[in-house]
Amino acid sequence: MNIPLLTVLGRMSLAFLEATGAVTAFAFHAVRQAVQPPYYRRQIISQMLEIGYYSLPVVGLTAIFTGMVLALQSYTGFARFSAESAIPNVVVVSLTRELGPVLASLMVAGRIGAAIAAEIGTMRVTEQIDALTTLSTDPFKYLIAPRLIAGIVTLPILVLVADIIGILGGFLVGVYKLDFNDTAYLRNTLDFLEFQDVFSGLVKAAVFGFLITLMGCYHGYTSKGGAQGVGMATTNAVVSASILIFTFNYFITEAFFAR
Amino acid sequence: MSAASKIALRGVTKSFGSKKVLQGIDLDVAPGESMVVIGGSGSGKSVLLKCILGLMAPDRGSISVDGEETVGFNDRSRARVMRKFGMLFQGGALFDSLRVWENVAFGPIQSDGMKAEQAREVAVAKLGAVGLGPEIGELFPSELSGGMQKRVALARAIAREPEIIFFDEPTTGLDPIMADVINDLIVKCVSDLGATAVSITHDMASARKIGHRIGMLYEGRLIWQGPVADIDHSGNAHVDQFIHGRAEGPIRMQVRKL
Repeated sequence: MNIPLLTVLGRMSLAFLEATGAVTAFAFHAVRQAVQPPYYRRQIISQMLEIGYYSLPVVGLTAIFTGMVLALQSYTGFARFSAESAIPNVVVVSLTRELGPVLASLMVAGRIGAAIAAEIGTMRVTEQIDALTTLSTDPFKYLIAPRLIAGIVTLPILVLVADIIGILGGFLVGVYKLDFNDTAYLRNTLDFLEFQDVFSGLVKAAVFGFLITLMGCYHGYTSKGGAQGVGMATTNAVVSASILIFTFNYFITEAFFAR
Repeated sequence: MSAASKIALRGVTKSFGSKKVLQGIDLDVAPGESMVVIGGSGSGKSVLLKCILGLMAPDRGSISVDGEETVGFNDRSRARVMRKFGMLFQGGALFDSLRVWENVAFGPIQSDGMKAEQAREVAVAKLGAVGLGPEIGELFPSELSGGMQKRVALARAIAREPEIIFFDEPTTGLDPIMADVINDLIVKCVSDLGATAVSITHDMASARKIGHRIGMLYEGRLIWQGPVADIDHSGNAHVDQFIHGRAEGPIRMQVRKL
């Protein structure tokens, strides 16, 4: 009974290591191609619009409601200790350090990670990627690199927008529902906010942008077996990107804030 | 290896796990020659083509183009050799996010650095060469019939005027009349360019029309090759069975009983 269990565990470990190695090799190759010319500017701009601009509504909605709920929940907790005045501080720090980058990235992972995996996966199973190669065009430079660059550049911008909208959401609830003085709320927010709070969130966003696009590209590029394979690639891209976002979130937080 | 060979393969093998797909392929294709490789489904035809193109690496053996060994090429060398190739994929493999003219002009623009306006003129000319008007260039591939997609794919394959053109099942999925139209276009385009052609197909009408020589692939080996005129008296029972499409013979299809 123990031997089959060990065999299963061994196979799972080997499969995990094999997958990790394959993703790492893919990432190194992709980054190397991304920093070397030629650069497909049209592709990069198109991906920036797709990842950044078209994600604004969903990220904005997520951010405003998160900020509103945060203010409301903080109030119900802090009122027990007569610490309501700390609500602006809690809202701004929570949003800029954690909720802004993590929630915005999760929304983008669902929207963009799946789309990238589906598009590249379909190109793989319909031989369009092979066609690129026969046209002397490196698929890594033409398909992968523009998405990685767009992810790394646009996610921090999206998160900055999400931070502002989220703080606005907290402000609206604070002022119009919890009867805070609007000037005091804003002063509290700005006085408590530090550069490192925003900067750490933007660093997280850039890393998450890389991970989301990398997972979408990797699972799409390596997909096989027709429609079922593309569907599986889409699911794997979103799940793996989400797990990696939470994992890297911890390590980046520790790097910035651990004493 | 023949000194005059445009493409030469020696002892090429390729396996996927325990399945041996190619088992020591020797093949020479002369400049300007049209070589057709026939064989049943799963005989290794597509793998052979992908190995020559460099889309797959063979396990062993040598593949040379114009006398230059291509196995083990780095990305830059591979891209240089790819400049000599054009490829018509079985399903067309047109880029569905681009318009038809952008598909045809893709190679000239992205790989050769041609200006978009000039590349558009090239695309319109190549579309004309395959019997399509300039108005087709404004459509997306999804708006075209299967036959028109094949024509566009052919136009894309010849857009950079390659020295070697590969055709992967060029008539699969087409009605007999459209298949013959595509065959005629292939013969015309290859002849106009003076290109060397390698085609894989299991359509014997197509093989007879577009090929100068035919080779038959069976269980990963080239079991016969010779001029098209000789295929009807090859003296090979496998070839006879295949070209006449008979269920009975030495080739046994693996069909599980119900």
